[in-house]
Amino acid sequence: MKPFTYERVNSPGQAAQAAARTPGSKFIAGGTNLLDLMKLQIEAPRHLIDVNDLGLDKIEKTGDGGLRIGALVSNTDLAADKRVRKDYAVLSRALLAGASGQLRNKATTAGNLLQRTRCPYFYDTNQPCNKRSPGSGCAAIGGYSRQLAVIGSSDACIATHPSDMAVAMRVLDATVETVNPAGATRGIPIAQFHRLPGDTPHLDTVLGRGELITAVTLPKPIGGQHFYHKTRDRASYAFALVSVAAVIQKDGSGRVAIGGVAHKPWRVEAAEANMKQGAKAVTGTLLAGARPTQDNSFKLPLVERTLASVMHEARG
Amino acid sequence: MKFDTPAGTNPIDQLKVIGKPTDRIDGPLKTTGRAPYAYERHDVAPNAAYGYVVGAAIAKGRIKSMDLRDAKAAPGVLAIVTAENAGKLGKGSMNTAKLLGGPDIEHYHQAVAVVVAETFEQARAAAQLVRVDYVRAQGRFDLAEEAKRAPLDGENSGEGSAAPPIDRTGNFEGAFKAAPVTLDATYTTPDHSHAMMEPHATIAAWDGEKVTLWTSNQMIAWGKNEVAKTLGISKENVRLDSPYVGGGFGGKLFLRADALMAALGARAAGRPVKVTLQRPLIANNTTHRPATIQRIRLGATPDGRLTAIAHESTSGDLPGGGPETAVSQTRLLYAGENRLTAMRLAVLDLPEGNAMRAPGEAPGMMALEVAMDEMAEKLGMDPVEFRIVNDTQVDPEKPERKYSQRQLNECLRIGAERFGWARRNPKSGQVRNGRWLVGMGVAAGFRNNLLMKSAARVRLDGRGVVTVETDMTDIGTGSYTILAQTAAEMMGVPLDRVVVRLGDSDMPVSAGSGGQWGANNSTAGVYAACVKLREQVAVKLGFNSADAAFADGEVRSGNRHAKLADAAKGSELVAEDSIEYGDLGKKYQQSTFAGHFVEAAVDSFTGEIRVRRMLAVCAAGRILNPKSARSQVIGGMTMGLGAALMEELAVDKRFGFFVNHDLAGYEVPVHADIPHQEVIFLDEVDPVSSPMKAKGVGELGICGVGGAVANAIYNATGVRVRDYPITLDKHLARLPAIA
Amino acid sequence: MPDAGELELSRRDLLIGGAASAAVTAVPAAEAQTMPLVTEDQPSMMAVSFEVNGRAQQLELDTRTTLLDALREHLHLTGSKKGCDHGQCGACTVIVDGRRINSCLSLAVMHQGDRITTIEGLGTPDKLHPMQAAFVKHDGYQCGYCTPGQICSAVAVLDEIKAGIPSHVTQDLDGKPQASNLEVRERMSGNICRCGAYSNIAEAIAEVAAGRKKA
Repeated sequence: MKPFTYERVNSPGQAAQAAARTPGSKFIAGGTNLLDLMKLQIEAPRHLIDVNDLGLDKIEKTGDGGLRIGALVSNTDLAADKRVRKDYAVLSRALLAGASGQLRNKATTAGNLLQRTRCPYFYDTNQPCNKRSPGSGCAAIGGYSRQLAVIGSSDACIATHPSDMAVAMRVLDATVETVNPAGATRGIPIAQFHRLPGDTPHLDTVLGRGELITAVTLPKPIGGQHFYHKTRDRASYAFALVSVAAVIQKDGSGRVAIGGVAHKPWRVEAAEANMKQGAKAVTGTLLAGARPTQDNSFKLPLVERTLASVMHEARG
Repeated sequence: MKFDTPAGTNPIDQLKVIGKPTDRIDGPLKTTGRAPYAYERHDVAPNAAYGYVVGAAIAKGRIKSMDLRDAKAAPGVLAIVTAENAGKLGKGSMNTAKLLGGPDIEHYHQAVAVVVAETFEQARAAAQLVRVDYVRAQGRFDLAEEAKRAPLDGENSGEGSAAPPIDRTGNFEGAFKAAPVTLDATYTTPDHSHAMMEPHATIAAWDGEKVTLWTSNQMIAWGKNEVAKTLGISKENVRLDSPYVGGGFGGKLFLRADALMAALGARAAGRPVKVTLQRPLIANNTTHRPATIQRIRLGATPDGRLTAIAHESTSGDLPGGGPETAVSQTRLLYAGENRLTAMRLAVLDLPEGNAMRAPGEAPGMMALEVAMDEMAEKLGMDPVEFRIVNDTQVDPEKPERKYSQRQLNECLRIGAERFGWARRNPKSGQVRNGRWLVGMGVAAGFRNNLLMKSAARVRLDGRGVVTVETDMTDIGTGSYTILAQTAAEMMGVPLDRVVVRLGDSDMPVSAGSGGQWGANNSTAGVYAACVKLREQVAVKLGFNSADAAFADGEVRSGNRHAKLADAAKGSELVAEDSIEYGDLGKKYQQSTFAGHFVEAAVDSFTGEIRVRRMLAVCAAGRILNPKSARSQVIGGMTMGLGAALMEELAVDKRFGFFVNHDLAGYEVPVHADIPHQEVIFLDEVDPVSSPMKAKGVGELGICGVGGAVANAIYNATGVRVRDYPITLDKHLARLPAIA
Repeated sequence: MPDAGELELSRRDLLIGGAASAAVTAVPAAEAQTMPLVTEDQPSMMAVSFEVNGRAQQLELDTRTTLLDALREHLHLTGSKKGCDHGQCGACTVIVDGRRINSCLSLAVMHQGDRITTIEGLGTPDKLHPMQAAFVKHDGYQCGYCTPGQICSAVAVLDEIKAGIPSHVTQDLDGKPQASNLEVRERMSGNICRCGAYSNIAEAIAEVAAGRKKA
């Protein structure tokens, strides 16, 4: 870990300005992924801007009946929020399926969205990795790839995004609110927030330099039964092999997003037209064009079976 | 004390303290965070500098050049040691690869430098500035590929598990050909990592020619010898101190890079240096349990008597290493006149393979006990009954050698009854519980009991306090408590009048902790020392030692009694002795046995596997402390469940390293994976094993349990997976179709 | 960006020429260490004050110092353990302002004004906290290295259940979670015990939970 200077800021504007002022700076909130990566010198900021005092730790109703989740709301608090448990249970379930109690206490909403891949080659600085070191190559392709992407990947990168929370947010059509150093705000639909790797896998999201997440908003509740099924070898404290976030209505229609399969939460709205025909019909469209490796081709039937399990549960 | 005839009645048989479920005497220290582990000894080295190890970035090749300029110039850096400036180093006789690599690199993450700085943060940052230019050489990394040309090789694990390159009894081939019912199946087990919670750690300090290592090591005397050999100094100039060890499982049997790099760093920096191996380095830098490919062939009569047994195993290791002794138990466990075992060793350039909890038996039983399950099904027999039918009370290769005790059948019968085995549906894939497919599995557990010389010193002071001193270690096994219980029983004092000091190489050499030999041998060593101390006490107090009874802090004979403490009134009494063994280990086969029972559920949709119930019924001689012995067994069961369901060091066969080299990537069981675990110890005393009449239990729990898990999964699904770990992807496609 | 495969091939040819390396599609960065020489900056030092086990502490620390290392190396409170230093084992668990966290993944300077409880603050060998006593009674440990983290976590878990915070295995998200065996095991899963004392730990926690219920 390289030496860095550290400051605490009190407002989003201050934070963005500090970032613009100091080259090589990074925001830090929970730090559960950033510090992990700094210890391995995968991230090497020269200046840390502690954003914990920005007052972005509230969950509020929005004007149109939705919910605005402050960027700094901890994963624990978000999962435990009464309104989330009642109206957005898929989000509670997803959060609670992730990490451990200790990590959820520290990890924040924004930090969870911004966590980086858990690809083991990304984590080993002796290995080539286009995400860590653009242009160096991808050791995961042709290597140990059991956990890695089966769809949306490129010849440069087969990493997955590890978040559970983001998969639920994708199914809920959340919007990521940000402010940039010039003070401009914008709302980024979650579908567009994370990128596919293409030939620039070092870019995980569409955020600009110094752009700070201030909140995530959820549209008004859509009802239905909420499910988050995380399929994994170990019963807890493990990343997903695949996960299914689903909201299923009484008539069998609904929405589905998949985790553990791509560089971003994976959802294909067109596939949801097939919900009433069952899991096979949905995954046929959802996973069209998949390019699994030999190690992880099992994820394709696993997605179907996990979705079938969720649909089975929905039928009661 | 020489132990060469079976034990008669002795003071241990009183069982006033021994045999009672006893809270650990080190419990209050461990649960309050006051037990000091190696890296935490601020008391002995308050000014220690920090060392950070740099691991090799390639698996095989050589260092072309190292550029240390930036690292040396970094703030706080005191010294950097590499093979180039370390001076002449030897290699420990128990190390296969060198602990400090360069110019040749033998495996990935082999240490190539230690950077010493004032603070941990500075050492870590400077280590990133060490620039190494490597030349990569062709390596052999694929066991399945190298197995094709692997020669036969024998090995003694040194832990009670051994087999020659090839071993024949009767005529296996003929009998197998003639057998009416046969099985021929191949199983694989992957590389496993010890993953003990305390990383390897050492503080080293030099005082002139003498070096002291506060370290985390299971075998103090071995370590002392190996440090001397590696540094080229005399043994007298080496001291190891390891009072608390945060887990080992075989990973801390030997001198490792933390200790050597701390010693070298301290010498270079001219002050004490502390080094811990960073977690992402451990899997590749240290040792692991090697992967195996095992072929098992069984032949039986229609009524289920085995007539032919063959077990062949291939594993790999670095040049000069040895095979995993996975066939060892097959020489002993079941009856059958025609037998064959063989081991092959491939040369691999992966990190060093070596002992991990029950080397040999742990992976060997994972294969053998599944083969037995498969054979029982072919025979249409209950798998419990099939094992019972093939019991033997003698060494099948040398029928004149009897087992000192063998209650495997009792373990299986009692276990079957307690577990509700009768409710198991013998036809697999039949039982459903909602979305879950449910099954039960059984396996035998088997692990040898090893006899090792072990010494101790016992002191009695004027307050009647008995102090035990030995270089024995407590790696979580409960040594502190059973040694205190032994001394309390022998000297007739309550447990709280006994102090136990462990892990210091200045103290008498014990058996150490490994191969489940620690408990029986180290307590027997304390027994021997206490016999001597009792003689001194008797002389001092004017008793005839032969008929003096020690109880309640007194010495009694006839109607005379005296206070024990009075014997040491003027000056402390000190006695030292060791237990040494004659040929009882040769005359008798000494082993421990278990019946493992497991209920597993498999999600019919996703194939996820969750274990619901576990029971082990164990016969392992006298149980010295049923509380800590039970913990040893459930610990083994937990590690065995991990091996069955999730543990695998994933090999990158191109670059030659274990890819998932941290605790996020290498999954071991967590709380949610482990249901309530039952352990039953059969009443057993084994007078052939030692005056304690005890045997080991530390590894029995892991031996066989993985097979029981595998058999339960098969019973649930009807899908047989022969490649561990049994992860959902391996049976998903063959599970019943989903609605 | 050029095609990754081509790029790698050319690099490999250039760097290791004829050296055999079967079927590699990419080459580790280690073979091409041509980073420019840089002079490392001096550490950035900062003052921080917080309360540990009821005692005010003031430290002047390298900003890189984690809370865990501040406790272990600077305050010599070595009860909190470093098992992985990456948030993968839970041995470093401490309670900050009533919540359990991994102290290895938190910078000390970010804890200005916080109230921190470590294992040393729960009880002493002569006066054990009920959870510590229950661990001793049920043999809820073996080597002892994960134990302080397990105990800190266990104390916090019972508080979390009391506060109604749901878990992955909570059936009814709107209901009140109970300290059942399943709930406790799920919530404790961030604390790895390689010795495998889980079954006993669960019993120790159950005993404390039952006692608390009565109280």
